[in-house]
Amino acid sequence: MGSSVVLAGCSALSDGAAEPATTLTVFAAASLGDSFEELADGFEQENPGVEVEYNVAGSSSLAEQILAGAPADVFASADEPNMDTVVAAGENSGEPKPFATNVLTLVTPADTRADAPDIASLEDAAAEGVKLVVCAPQVPCGRAALDVAADAGVELSPVSEEASVTDVLGKVASGEADAGLVYVTDALSAGGGAGETAGGTVNAIELENADSAVNTYPITVLDAAAENGPEHPELAQRFVDYVLSEDGQSVLEADGFGAP
Amino acid sequence: MRGREVRVHPPAGLAVVGILGAAVLLVPFVALVAGVDLTRLPELLTSPSALDALGLSLRTALTATAICLVIGTPLALVLTRLDFPGRSFARSLVLLPLVVPPVVGGIALTEAFGRRGLIGEHLQLLGIEIAFTSAAVVMAQVFVSLPFLVVALEGALLTRGEAHERTALSLGASPLRTFLTVTLPLLVPGLVAGLVLTFARALGEFGATITFAGSLQGTTRTLPLQVYLERETDPEAAVALSLVLVVVALVVITVAYGRRDGRRDGRRDGRRYGRRTGAEA
Repeated sequence: MGSSVVLAGCSALSDGAAEPATTLTVFAAASLGDSFEELADGFEQENPGVEVEYNVAGSSSLAEQILAGAPADVFASADEPNMDTVVAAGENSGEPKPFATNVLTLVTPADTRADAPDIASLEDAAAEGVKLVVCAPQVPCGRAALDVAADAGVELSPVSEEASVTDVLGKVASGEADAGLVYVTDALSAGGGAGETAGGTVNAIELENADSAVNTYPITVLDAAAENGPEHPELAQRFVDYVLSEDGQSVLEADGFGAP
Repeated sequence: MRGREVRVHPPAGLAVVGILGAAVLLVPFVALVAGVDLTRLPELLTSPSALDALGLSLRTALTATAICLVIGTPLALVLTRLDFPGRSFARSLVLLPLVVPPVVGGIALTEAFGRRGLIGEHLQLLGIEIAFTSAAVVMAQVFVSLPFLVVALEGALLTRGEAHERTALSLGASPLRTFLTVTLPLLVPGLVAGLVLTFARALGEFGATITFAGSLQGTTRTLPLQVYLERETDPEAAVALSLVLVVVALVVITVAYGRRDGRRDGRRDGRRYGRRTGAEA
């Protein structure tokens, strides 16, 4: 949390001598990290003199920080409940807009052992003796896992309910777990595209009913932007527009996100 | 510090800074207590998930403390009373878990005892799987809290010297009898303090547990893990459970250090700390 604030302060000081750069502070959900870095580069090229600083963390942590008065210009949440918290507190300016979606996929370790169970579907993963790891129902990926399982009529019996999707991915990638439920984008970043394993740590198995739990990502300009300088609200809106533009959407699509 | 003949007071300026330093540590805890919703406290602390987590934490931390006692005491003896090459390096190794990030500890444990780990691979063949079990929680706790016991015992052993034991041995007592009737009774104060700290550290263990053991209610989700998870949906519950951990830790530390202060050998302890910091600097 501190780093982006400090960085923003530093760049404002150092750039003061050369050209007056404006630093736009974007709070983005952890799963958006890589994509938003790419989006930032594109946005900075289109808007010379603007620097985009990121604070990447879990959506609930970000929402907490915003409520505590963090000077952020834009908030991109991984789920609607956390955006709702920010909206309910009146920290947003303008309506949040959905800009991406994500669905769950089943992952298994890439280098399967000889004695590893055969897993090709959610039913297989839910079978007895299979070490399945999912997110806890308290976090968005856990709620999605419950929805997908209910829709498929399968009862999951995980050996662990993790607090974050990266923890699930880690346990599968290391081979501790036989299977896990993560977002398509997480699987892709771990080298597990649909049906491909090259260099990856996990295999991804598409869920037939993945659409039964679609996670929608909303983005909004924050009220705090107005306090950060006269140009900030306008720039923040331009950033949001850029994310929603064709260019922005193609970056997100390449990383596995679905259209809103 | 307390029992010396001449009391050397710090310069006033430093004392002020020192008191401000205490505020850095105290303010967050005061805020934590202030943040607890007292009306919801009973309900938050008695929810099934909270009780499960508390019960699991107490069971695993007590087990871990017992294991630390059994393996930590001999380890401290070896490090202080046995001459072997590389002893000081071995001492550093024992302290490692105190300074590596807990998540690194968890990864190390996974590399050792995970299904594909150095030892875990062989255990797997014997049908023993540790990850995702309460045993994994205990192992994580032992790993991070054992150094506390060893350091406390080492301190006690080094301060006291070996004179009493030498007398016993010269009078014909066997090494085992000497240990049981001379060394051990003299070690008791240090042992109690060490065990209490070991228990407190085991109770607070988080990073290695979540990395190595996972998180499942009643099996591996200890109180710190429950706090971390509650934060997502019910921050008030997280604050309330945090308070429990802080209170337990405070009681435990007061027991460990409070009894020391009240004793007449407080002065010896003072010297001991001076010496130890000197040696470690």
